Amino acid sequence: MNPGSMSSRTEVDQAHIRALVTSGKRKQLLFAIAGLTCTMIALLTLLAAFLQLLIDGLPRLSWDFLTNFPSRHATQAGILSAWVGSAMVMVVTMLAAVPVGVGAAVYLEEYAPRNWLTDLIEINVTNLAGVPSIVYGLLALGLFVYQFGFGESVLSAGLTLALLILPIIIVSTREALRTIPGNIREGAYAMGATRWQMVSNHLLPYSTGGILTGVILGMAEAIGQTAPIICIGALTFIAFLPDSPFGGSPPFINFSWLFSEFTVLPIQMYNWVSRPDKAFQLNAAAAGVILLAMTLLMNGLAIYIRYTVRKKIKW
Amino acid sequence: MVTETSSPVFPGGATEPVVPPVAKAQVHDLNFFYGELRALKGISIPIYKHLVTALIGPSGCGKSTFLRCFNRMHDLYPNTRYDGRIVLMPDNVNILHREVDPIEVRMRIGMVFQKPNPFPKSIFENVAYGLRVRGIRNRAVLTDKVEEALRGAALWDEVKDRLAELAFNLSGGQQQRLCIARALATDPEILLFDEPTSALDPIATASIEELIADLRSKVTILIVTHNMQQAARVSDYTAYMYLGELIEFDRTQTIFVKPKKKQTEDYITGRFG
Ligand SMILES: Nc1ncnc2c1ncn2[C@@H]1O[C@H](COP(=O)(O)OP(=O)(O)OP(=O)(O)O)[C@@H](O)[C@H]1O
Ligand SMILES: [Mg+2]
Repeated sequence: MNPGSMSSRTEVDQAHIRALVTSGKRKQLLFAIAGLTCTMIALLTLLAAFLQLLIDGLPRLSWDFLTNFPSRHATQAGILSAWVGSAMVMVVTMLAAVPVGVGAAVYLEEYAPRNWLTDLIEINVTNLAGVPSIVYGLLALGLFVYQFGFGESVLSAGLTLALLILPIIIVSTREALRTIPGNIREGAYAMGATRWQMVSNHLLPYSTGGILTGVILGMAEAIGQTAPIICIGALTFIAFLPDSPFGGSPPFINFSWLFSEFTVLPIQMYNWVSRPDKAFQLNAAAAGVILLAMTLLMNGLAIYIRYTVRKKIKW
Repeated sequence: MVTETSSPVFPGGATEPVVPPVAKAQVHDLNFFYGELRALKGISIPIYKHLVTALIGPSGCGKSTFLRCFNRMHDLYPNTRYDGRIVLMPDNVNILHREVDPIEVRMRIGMVFQKPNPFPKSIFENVAYGLRVRGIRNRAVLTDKVEEALRGAALWDEVKDRLAELAFNLSGGQQQRLCIARALATDPEILLFDEPTSALDPIATASIEELIADLRSKVTILIVTHNMQQAARVSDYTAYMYLGELIEFDRTQTIFVKPKKKQTEDYITGRFG
């Protein structure tokens, strides 16, 4: 800094600058307070709802609650069929959505020529994320339940939710692919890699963190879905479990569970909430705690993966 | 073009016997287009075997574009077009020909980029990558080749105990030598360097320059550089380009001591660009 220019600055100038800075600081403080208030309103509301759920639900949580079927007697009712149903539907959702979503993203990002058709597909994929979930339910009712004849089954539900979270997976996979710098791609091609080697040796391994994050966020979204599942005809009262996917005799694995009737946690909750008996409302709260815990767990996992992968690969 | 009377002073000061240079590649009337933009205009030069050819010229004159024709890098992007031939010896194949697979070309001609670009894999896997792409799975062969390449890139002693570490942990200069090792591992016939030291400090730069001078005995080298001293230090032949045209191509000595064209002289002496 040139000291000459400092000393030549007049007193008036300095006072003016000081006034500017003070007023700027005041505005900054005002904005900070306003921002904090907004944040607190959102946070506190959420916290209150969460606490209410915990207060109502926690006393009802027990081992029996997890291992009992629903019942007419609120105190004996449990969520066994609901959480097993949720888990099975999630498995189908994941098996269907991950390969299709990742495949579509890789195609759009790496293979598709840039033209109006891919632009159109692109706009559609991003907008699909905003389609109300009930619309997916209607589509699935016609397509999976009747057209394909899958019935009101675990398979239909899983595929419906897979459709629903496909945009999330596609978008997050594409974002992950885009963060891989061009000079890494050029480096791989310069070594003589084919496009497929590029995808399988580089792009997919380097974007695993981003893809997994998207998958888990999608699953967290899917597990709480109620409307589309009701649409395709999930039952609200189920006192049996689908057949186990793992059989006792060769080939030790069977698929009849896919076509089983089922219920899922949010529907069980919905069913209980709509009863007048207060005891059932507490059951609903308890099931809500479980559902919330599962969602938080998945989100936590997503954050953990993103964090560890980001620490490992810095472009 | 090259007639020698007295023994020439080679870069580095060593005096070597005069051997008439043999062409490893011949560029014939090469034009290159980015869409409508004609970035290279009728360039013809030989690339001499086991010698270093430097490409110099002001920014935007097409040095990178020219270099990237040699490994068909432009094929990765739409709306690019080659016109002309680059004939690779000894098999006399025009590597720009439509029916020549760019992957085949890249298997023969390696490249080192301006910014070190190791893969986010281990040091070993980085060097082994080209071999894996070529279908080599045998662990012993891979190990031998990786060591040989790392030695060739003067990096072995620094990394021999940490081959399993992530390549990103290396310093910038080490990363660039790793990229050279990666390219060397597959025994390329020509190695392309696009301003390989512009992202490095002077000490790392010196070690890369030394390396390039040594590599000459194994591989033909084509290097783009912004640094006039670097061209003078490492190269045997120099091509001066301006606005997509080749202005002058000659022995590096001649280019730097008594260039035939005024334009070249102005650029070399810094009266230009
Ligand atoms: N991908 C591209 N699309 C369109 N034009 C390009 C592209 N890449 C380069 N060009 C143009 O081609 C000409 C040559 O560029 P090139 O990158 O080969 O120059 P260069 O000599 O390597 O410059 P520098 O020394 O700055 O690296 C420039 O006019 C540039 O604007
Ligand atoms: Mg360049």
